[in-house]
Amino acid sequence: MSVLVFIESSEGEIRKSSLEAVSYAAALDRGEVIALAIGEAEESALAKAGISGASRVLHAKDEQLKEDNIMAYASVVAEAMEKENAEILVLAKSSLGDAVASRVAIKSNAALASNVVELPDFSAGFKVKRGIYTGKAFVNVDLKAEKKILAIKKNAVPLKEDGAPCAVDAFASTVNEADFALKITGVEKAEGEILLPEAEIVVSGGRGMKGPENWHILEDLAKSLGAATGCSKPVSDMEWRPHHEHVGQTGIKVSPNLYIAVGISGAIQHLAGVNSSKCLVVINKDPEAPFFKAADYGIVGDAFEIVPKLTAAIKALNA
Amino acid sequence: MKILVCISHVPDTTSKIAFTDNNTKFDTSGVQFVIGPYDDYALARAVELKASHGASVTVLNVGEASTEPTIRKALAIGADEAIRVNAFPSDSHFVASQIAEVAKQGSYDLILMGRESIDFNGGMVHGMVAEMLGMPSVSPVMRLDIEGDLAKMSREIEGGHEEVEVKLPFVAGCQEPIAEWKIPNMRGIMSARTKPLNVLEPVEVGEFSVVENYELPPAKGEVRMVDADNVEELVRLLKEEAKVL
Repeated sequence: MSVLVFIESSEGEIRKSSLEAVSYAAALDRGEVIALAIGEAEESALAKAGISGASRVLHAKDEQLKEDNIMAYASVVAEAMEKENAEILVLAKSSLGDAVASRVAIKSNAALASNVVELPDFSAGFKVKRGIYTGKAFVNVDLKAEKKILAIKKNAVPLKEDGAPCAVDAFASTVNEADFALKITGVEKAEGEILLPEAEIVVSGGRGMKGPENWHILEDLAKSLGAATGCSKPVSDMEWRPHHEHVGQTGIKVSPNLYIAVGISGAIQHLAGVNSSKCLVVINKDPEAPFFKAADYGIVGDAFEIVPKLTAAIKALNA
Repeated sequence: MKILVCISHVPDTTSKIAFTDNNTKFDTSGVQFVIGPYDDYALARAVELKASHGASVTVLNVGEASTEPTIRKALAIGADEAIRVNAFPSDSHFVASQIAEVAKQGSYDLILMGRESIDFNGGMVHGMVAEMLGMPSVSPVMRLDIEGDLAKMSREIEGGHEEVEVKLPFVAGCQEPIAEWKIPNMRGIMSARTKPLNVLEPVEVGEFSVVENYELPPAKGEVRMVDADNVEELVRLLKEEAKVL
């Protein structure tokens, strides 16, 4: 029996969320942990899955798999599960991971749990705890099928970093032409930026920032912290910032260690996107802003004065 | 063109979440139920496509009789007819199986739904339905245009978006800004009363997961306020107390 982990890469390295998925698989202690990478990647980069607990990496690098084709990727993952006699598939929640997981669940007749927040309880059955109601509650479910798929949320387990790089073997997958009904005609992606769902620290701005021309002060703070930038729904609706930075109920849900909200009043729909953050800091000129009730730390005052001071203080700390 | 829009019946986004019966049941008291916000985007786009391309729109919900007011609202927004599969939506496998069965019977060109329901948040149903039907699936879709038998879409990915093309039929999980939410007008509300709402019995599905119980997150402590003239104190607290720097 083994545990298969579908891993994704960004800018040449395995994504941190995927390394967390490998760490999770290792912590399951249910047999050999095998990572599966699909598409172009350097072997030396993939070998690092070993550091988080994989004993080997399978690499499906057929030319046709260069693009993130959901259907083809799902076929490869299901095939690898079968060949490696995997009982469990673990992956990080992402735009690709979710799509792949749902298709593999049907192909492999597996029970699927998404948004898993901690390790399962094996004492009676296979019980997993997952986030529901957009972070406002959890449910404990017993997975009944022989095979299980767990799509894990960020910070479900600590990142394991004490292993050693492992072997990377080519995985020859069967290419099914019908899977290529989906054509990717273009990709637009911000480069060199920390991805919002992966970030340990997020600096987010709302209407209180008064306009897109003022975003540089948040970007400076984010840079000093190694943080990603996010925004509230009105900000993305007004197109001050791109939609992929919108944090909230109908946007991205984040669970960083530190979330700094600047000029965001804290509507319940915004809180739904940030309520699993470890530490919430709110900066707002309105002392009555509802966000303060959900915050760990708060400062009442003018963001245009406070944020640059905060950036300077962080820089001083790092110097 | 025949469009199937699958909607969930979920607590309004401002609802306070609580459980009863020793944390085994969702507490519906005082909770207002609505069409899932993402499903509402899917429905709005379907109604737009109906106007621009001359489609028929069928709305589908897997739920008990209590969901009918939500279904009627979807009819008021502009769907032509509705189907309710008479069952509690116990998990994504179950719901996907019911949707796939209805889709097979109706041979739809386009199956739309939200990227996820806001109660169970799995975001898995569209992919499962597509796999069951042997169709492509695309999610989360932020733009959807139909040109003949070809659909052109923009799909959100981490840090950007991807342009995707696929031939009909297919399944899409939708999100903003695919369309503007539509508010039913008086004429829509009146006509919704007489539009057909067919109730079907569910197909049998094997058991994949069983809910044991629910939990609420631990209560949040008091906020600690820091003076605006002393941001150094905030940095110290974040480093030494919260240990997040």
